[in-house]
Amino acid sequence: MTKHLLSGNEAIARGAYEAGVKVCSAYPGTPSTEIFESLPQYKDALYCEWAPNEKVATEVAYGAAIGGVRSLCAMKHVGLNVAADPLFTAAYNGINRGFVIVTADDPSMHSSQNEQDNRYYARSAKVALVEPSDSQECIDFMKEAYRISEKFDMPVLFRTTTRISHSKSLVTFGEREEAEPYTYQRNAKKYVCAPANAYQNHPKVERNLAALEEYSNRSPLNRMELKGTKTGVITASIAYQYAKDVFPADTSFLKLGLTNPLPMDLIREFASKVETLYVIEELEGFMEEQIKAAGIDCIGKALVSNMYELNPQRLKEMLFGEKPVVKELPVKAVSRPPALCPGCPHRGFFYTMSKGKDFVIAGDIGCYTLGASAPLTAMDTCICMGGGFSLAMGMSKAFEASGQKKKVFGVLGDSTFFHSGMTGAAEILYNKGSVIPVVLDNHITGMTGHQDNPGSGYTLQGEMAAAIKIEDVLRAYGYENVIIVDPQDLAAMQKAVDDALASEVPVAIITRRPCLLIKRMKHDIGTCVVDTSKCIGCRKCLKVGCPAVMVKDRKSFIDPTQCVGCTVCAQVCPVGAIRREEKGK
Amino acid sequence: MKSKSAILVGVGGQGAILTAKVLVNGLMKAGFDVKMSEVHGMSQRGGSVSTQVHWGEKVYSPVIGDGAADLMVAFEKMEAVRYAHFLKPDGVAVINDYEMASSTIAAGLEAYPEGCLEAMEANFRCYTLDAAKIAMELGNVKCMNIVLFGAMTKALQLDDIDWEDVIRETVPPKFLELNLAAYRAGRAAAE
Repeated sequence: MTKHLLSGNEAIARGAYEAGVKVCSAYPGTPSTEIFESLPQYKDALYCEWAPNEKVATEVAYGAAIGGVRSLCAMKHVGLNVAADPLFTAAYNGINRGFVIVTADDPSMHSSQNEQDNRYYARSAKVALVEPSDSQECIDFMKEAYRISEKFDMPVLFRTTTRISHSKSLVTFGEREEAEPYTYQRNAKKYVCAPANAYQNHPKVERNLAALEEYSNRSPLNRMELKGTKTGVITASIAYQYAKDVFPADTSFLKLGLTNPLPMDLIREFASKVETLYVIEELEGFMEEQIKAAGIDCIGKALVSNMYELNPQRLKEMLFGEKPVVKELPVKAVSRPPALCPGCPHRGFFYTMSKGKDFVIAGDIGCYTLGASAPLTAMDTCICMGGGFSLAMGMSKAFEASGQKKKVFGVLGDSTFFHSGMTGAAEILYNKGSVIPVVLDNHITGMTGHQDNPGSGYTLQGEMAAAIKIEDVLRAYGYENVIIVDPQDLAAMQKAVDDALASEVPVAIITRRPCLLIKRMKHDIGTCVVDTSKCIGCRKCLKVGCPAVMVKDRKSFIDPTQCVGCTVCAQVCPVGAIRREEKGK
Repeated sequence: MKSKSAILVGVGGQGAILTAKVLVNGLMKAGFDVKMSEVHGMSQRGGSVSTQVHWGEKVYSPVIGDGAADLMVAFEKMEAVRYAHFLKPDGVAVINDYEMASSTIAAGLEAYPEGCLEAMEANFRCYTLDAAKIAMELGNVKCMNIVLFGAMTKALQLDDIDWEDVIRETVPPKFLELNLAAYRAGRAAAE
């Protein structure tokens, strides 16, 4: 059998293909994004798309499952907060063909705003929870997840973590299986969630869950690896791999893949076979709490932290007190934080905003969150996708109510605008907010690695699409004055801000310049160079926070391997010591 | 055999992931079970990046913690210091004698630390090379990662693996000659 090295995300895409999935919808979010980036290779067999947000993606995929084909949606952990509304009711209504929702959690918050444990969503929404522990299981468990979904008439939550999604391990492929065809018929009692129907549906959910729990005791996803009788470990997901590295070879394991509802009879049986029982899980004590509530004694979170990623060495130290031996060096590395790229169109905007002493800037999730870092430090808040406009609204109302004089801006990107920023733009207009909404339009979903969105003109499958114009949306809402500006032109950018502040009609700003990393576009690339005879060493150019601009021997220096010639630094130079040259001269 | 692990560290965009891919392809060819882990996301914007590779007859965890790596390849010397706590006390380090200022250093908020190489060499068995210079002499600074890879294969001591063959199968044909030359030069530099 040929072995392939696949990341968990690539394997989930492969698993969906092999499971006969026909409709897939997602919104990008680290660490889930590559699942959908690997789906277009199967586009002859399935349809895949980027939706404007996770709620829409879940609704599209759920609609397809009602329509009668197996469907998939995927998102990062916080994406499920956005999609929770359809999830909870889809659990009541059930499906016609298999429906799987992938949630990718991010312990240690490598690229996230919190460390929430989405296993609790499965318990709260009363749906099946499947957790793979490597790439092969990502393929195999996907196929089983669709069988569970159809057998028990419910959505299945398929949960990974960063280390499942982004680790590569060896897999073998299987053939694609086509699901039983389904001919759609209206069934309003099942699919119209009117209170009378929901009332009838709740007992069905409880029956299905009870049947699933009974099944979970004999599911192929849950298995005992019996060795010695001294120590037993119940574990799931990536924690299984860590525990296998850490516990002695004669340890028995109960390795769980179907973790909601928990197979309590199987757990009880396993517990009776060992003297000491451990429950090893990353983040919260999700399994341990339920196992203890069932009256089974076990050791877990008393030793293993509920914060941050585990790894074998950390686990060994927490369980057995064995500290890893590490050499201390006399030198310390200084921080290397991520920064806006050289030539990033957001730089001109944030530089301009950094000069406004009484500005309050409610930011949002994207590359532009980096506008909060030094030396730009031009952001007050960032809370969630699409929250920039609405948070700004609340702050401005607070300032009005308490007599504080501030100029409030809500700032978000093009993809975030379509995600959930549009509702905030409606809120500001409807409730007469004194907030200036700003959309930083770089034509792409940048931070997650360049995915298309409703404004970019292309689809996930690589086809041309209608590009929705942000200014048309804002004008249709009633923003009479929509100022569109190139943020790289600092004078124009300053004027846009001044004009917006002076506007007597509802006003919004769109900063428009494509991200330089968009491959299908031709970009105007040059290099900026410093004339050291003119440079007075005032360091004003460092204020733009460009990784290519630095000081060497008291004069400014621009790293030619990094510089792309955007000229933002040249525009702030008070003595005209920086000029642009074409690349290669 | 006990499983082994390597950690490749550098700055986003230096080509550590491609290097890890060549390594993994060779290990797969040699019949090892292999796992590899990388962190994406914000780290791509000029931040510090690390990739871990773990191999053996049977491998469980794709990641390692403190004091557990047999080998480190550092594409930048301050990054070697940052990730040194991952190395076993008897671990080996292949270090690029190359300096990249971080955004905070460029902005004058912090200074690049002195003595990175000396600290590594005093504590670990090190192969230090100026891979950028070697790559430039070969005509393209971008093959710096394969120069480092060549030095790494020397440190790995997996001499049954035909690494030139692996490079042939992994890199695009257009860059094959350059990469083979880079591999040989890197390996020679580590002799």
